Amino acid sequence: MIHLAGPVLLVAVLAGTGVYGLLARRNAVLVLIGAELLLGAAGVLFMMGSALPAGGLLALDEPARPGGAVDPLLSGQVATIMLITIAAAEIGLALAVVLLIFRVRATSDLTAVRELGESSPTYTDFDETLDPAGGRS
Amino acid sequence: VSGVEAAFAAFALTSAVAAVFAVTSRQVVHAALWLVLSLGALAGVYLVLGGEVVALVQVLVYVGAVVVLVLFALMLTRAPIGVRRDLSLSTGRRRVAAVAGVAVAVLIAAPMLVAVGSSAVDTSGRGAAAGLGEAIFTGWVLPFELLSVLLLAALVAAIAVSRSQPGGGSR
Repeated sequence: MIHLAGPVLLVAVLAGTGVYGLLARRNAVLVLIGAELLLGAAGVLFMMGSALPAGGLLALDEPARPGGAVDPLLSGQVATIMLITIAAAEIGLALAVVLLIFRVRATSDLTAVRELGESSPTYTDFDETLDPAGGRS
Repeated sequence: VSGVEAAFAAFALTSAVAAVFAVTSRQVVHAALWLVLSLGALAGVYLVLGGEVVALVQVLVYVGAVVVLVLFALMLTRAPIGVRRDLSLSTGRRRVAAVAGVAVAVLIAAPMLVAVGSSAVDTSGRGAAAGLGEAIFTGWVLPFELLSVLLLAALVAAIAVSRSQPGGGSR
């Protein structure tokens, strides 16, 4: 038996730090770390839901029956696996975008990328930033 | 306090503390490595909550793949080495972000503690591979197949994005 207060507190702490990381970081890759923590919080919540007896929250207060029914579809655990997969797809695509921004703007500082169009003052043409040695130290 | 609860507390505490360090560290590579610890401890949390297969998937996908991807991105964007103060916003804005983070944590914790905080569940024997595989390939087979299409689309999109040149045309 495990008390549910622990998972709930862990979810709250992970979501809070995730939101802080999303808001407080300037480096694009570090912002993504905050997003990963938020997704981890969602995963813990799914797993906690999976640990509930069949019938969910309504069945919590009933006395535990030995060999009681378990959700045969294991919804919480399957949802966690799908969440992990979607998170992997998300971060792969997001890092590709970060790399593209770095190639075009020579920076991964999100406060320096205020506009995404060619009218941006920090926009430089692609060929000029291709040399890996030059530019930023 | 049972052994299961002690194990859960250890994993959860590790994960939470590592998460806090991951978002406050002043060295980019350290932040990524704290993320490894946080997500790895999260696999332990999944294990205690009864998801053996999910814990393995977490280790394989997150600790194995995602963090390597993050480290590669740090390397390719020539992330600064050593202690840097310009990784986060100014102190005032950081305070606003901290208030927002604490508010989210309280808003999540308070109603859920009221709802389920005093209950306990039995987590043993739920996450065996046989049952989970049967669930995925019977009831969840359509979402599962859609997920593989999503992964393929994300892969193709990542290649397309990273190969495309601004100003039209591709290599």
